[in-house]
Amino acid sequence: MSVTTYSEDRSTLKARLRRAERMQRLRALGLVLPLFLFILVVFVTPIAILLTRAVDNPEIADNLPLTTTALKDWDGKDLPGEAVYAAFAEDLKAAQKSKATGLLGKRLNYELPGTRSKMLQAGRTAEKMTAGPFKDAFLKLDPLWGKLETWQVIERASHRTTSFYLLKALDRQWSPTGGIEQVAPDQRLFVDVFVRTLGISVGVTLATLILGFPLAYVLATLPPRHSNLMMILVLLPFWTSLLVRTTAWVVVLQTEGPVNDLLLWLGVTNEPLPLIFSRFGTIVAMTHIQLPFTLLPIYSVMKTISPNYVRAARSLGAGPFSAFWQIYFPQTMPGIAAGCLLTFILCLGYYITPALVGGPTDQMISYFVALYTNRELNWGQASALGAILLAATLILYAVYNKLVGIDKMKLG
Amino acid sequence: MGTTNDPFVAFTDVQKTYDGEILVVKNLNLSIERGEFLTLLGPSGSGKTTTLMMLAGFEVPTHGRITMDGVEINNTAPHKRNIGMVFQNYALFPHMTVEENLAFPLMVRKVAKDEVAKKVARALDMVQMPQMAKRRPGQLSGGQQQRVALARALVFDPKLVLMDEPLGALDKQLREHMQIEIKHIHERLGVTVVYVTHDQSEALTMSDRVAVFNDGIIQQLAKPSALYEQPENSFVAQFIGENNRLNGKVASVNGKACGVEIQNFGMVSAIPISVQNVGSATTLSLRPERVRINPEAGHYANQFDAEVQELIYLGDHTRCRVSVLGNSNFIIKVANAEGVPSLSPGQKVRVGWKPEDCRALDAY
Repeated sequence: MSVTTYSEDRSTLKARLRRAERMQRLRALGLVLPLFLFILVVFVTPIAILLTRAVDNPEIADNLPLTTTALKDWDGKDLPGEAVYAAFAEDLKAAQKSKATGLLGKRLNYELPGTRSKMLQAGRTAEKMTAGPFKDAFLKLDPLWGKLETWQVIERASHRTTSFYLLKALDRQWSPTGGIEQVAPDQRLFVDVFVRTLGISVGVTLATLILGFPLAYVLATLPPRHSNLMMILVLLPFWTSLLVRTTAWVVVLQTEGPVNDLLLWLGVTNEPLPLIFSRFGTIVAMTHIQLPFTLLPIYSVMKTISPNYVRAARSLGAGPFSAFWQIYFPQTMPGIAAGCLLTFILCLGYYITPALVGGPTDQMISYFVALYTNRELNWGQASALGAILLAATLILYAVYNKLVGIDKMKLG
Repeated sequence: MGTTNDPFVAFTDVQKTYDGEILVVKNLNLSIERGEFLTLLGPSGSGKTTTLMMLAGFEVPTHGRITMDGVEINNTAPHKRNIGMVFQNYALFPHMTVEENLAFPLMVRKVAKDEVAKKVARALDMVQMPQMAKRRPGQLSGGQQQRVALARALVFDPKLVLMDEPLGALDKQLREHMQIEIKHIHERLGVTVVYVTHDQSEALTMSDRVAVFNDGIIQQLAKPSALYEQPENSFVAQFIGENNRLNGKVASVNGKACGVEIQNFGMVSAIPISVQNVGSATTLSLRPERVRINPEAGHYANQFDAEVQELIYLGDHTRCRVSVLGNSNFIIKVANAEGVPSLSPGQKVRVGWKPEDCRALDAY
């Protein structure tokens, strides 16, 4: 009897607790809501939309609806029959009216270079076609329409989603036989750019670590009076515009710049070195910008390491180097892990700096994303490059997590 | 090489300053015997930790010599001194297991692997923690970490072990337990221990000798019992144990006895320790348990009228605050035993003590 009363009491107690805390929960939720919505609207949604753009493929299906339906019955081995050409002519008439032939031409041009003008011509011709046989009319108009490959491309592009952009971002394409093959050697580009992006990022991360670690150590061990001044010097570039800093490097490193002048005067070199608009300049400028990002987490971890650890190691018989390497250094790992990951991931997305101080072969993936977004207006390709970069970053992050352990990281 | 009669460690005229203005350690002369448990006791800022750090090699003396086995070690690097050290917050390496922590001093000495395992196991047994070998320091309680730190400082068989307030972070009960345990380990191994603390009961419990530091100077270096019963100056009398002070002027000195005039109240008989001459100011020091309430008339040379101010019952004894000779903070410990008179605040009593228990020291 008493047990039932107790359990009843408990359930009402829980209900009472919920009621009592509901107000607080709502208030807490209300406080986070603005930020949550902000992130949802300006971060999550755009990324999701852009990711769908990488596989989104509405041009053909929307503007050649009859052809799309007719091609469903096609086996893809020989040229399609009269029915398909008739549907194509009908679609082109409609497209000509809605001024969509340009769009169709542009889309097919991605896969079959040189198709754009022929599509516009076909559109104009189709407007005048009244009766069949349409197949002969198209074949007479241009040999393009008599090629099996053309119709295979149209058939593939008529699906609402496509892997074309993603494959292209990896220098791959569908072969006529239905498999995946590398694109022609002269068109291969993106794999190199991805490798270059990763290479530059790793290089910059290592450079900031090698420069930043000793500096962080000095900052963490110096008396506050001196370390504050040094910290301001370290943070100074942080407060300067990225554009200004990058341009300053152009001034310093240019052919007629002070560094080259000095090298020439010292006789180190006989002619000015290509310090700027080269891989060297890119890495120097990026290292300069990224240094605080690597340094600060290491510094804040070092601050928490008691000098007693090294003293203990010394008193136990370890020399200065082995006390540092076996006792001090391992304890800075959480900071090194955090700083390096931060710098590496930020480096992957660099755009302005390589664009300003790098040569044509130093451009990173973001440059091409911008190129396809702004100049070529090929958002599918831009999104696909972004998606591959995102995927690569996540994979690297997972590997890193396996090796270092993200939960062990300390950002500060 | 020194013979066995020479001190194991000797500080000769050692001075230390950090800023070139204030001497943290002033003219330190200290000899440490082989196998001794010596405690450096003093308030914070008294120079005791600096002395320890100079011995460990983390600070260099500004002046003077430190020798060990007759060899000067002023400029010997810490890792070449072969001195074990236990730090205040243990300083166990957090990224290593207990086992690896203990193996560290052996590994850097390039001891053979099987020998390392043997010594680590023995050290863990010594502190009764063999089951914790694979744990990390973060998974241990404060007391367990303390034991590991102790084992680590001893595992490479140093001749000298330094301990810098090693029990400071433990609660009272554990601290008292560990005091006894450290004492036993010291007795068993015969290692020389230099121990720094600001806790006087800890110093009295554990040490063979205690050096009381104040203001960069050793005030007194003596056995615990001597320190408590025969303090040589007012600072030591005040710092070690509870102490009643009476300020007066020396009225007469006669060999091993002196009379001290407490202005307006009367004459107290005492033994002169550090009084100069008749007429100089002095502070009398008197332990609370050496004072009797209502003694038989004529039993003690010193007998005075007093009034009970406050009684604090503490189980085995009662602290009785009385006002006597113009001092209203005079404490008497009354044992909770048969035949003790019952007291109440405001009561008029007589108090008395022997002249031998009353030491005339420097004016405080």
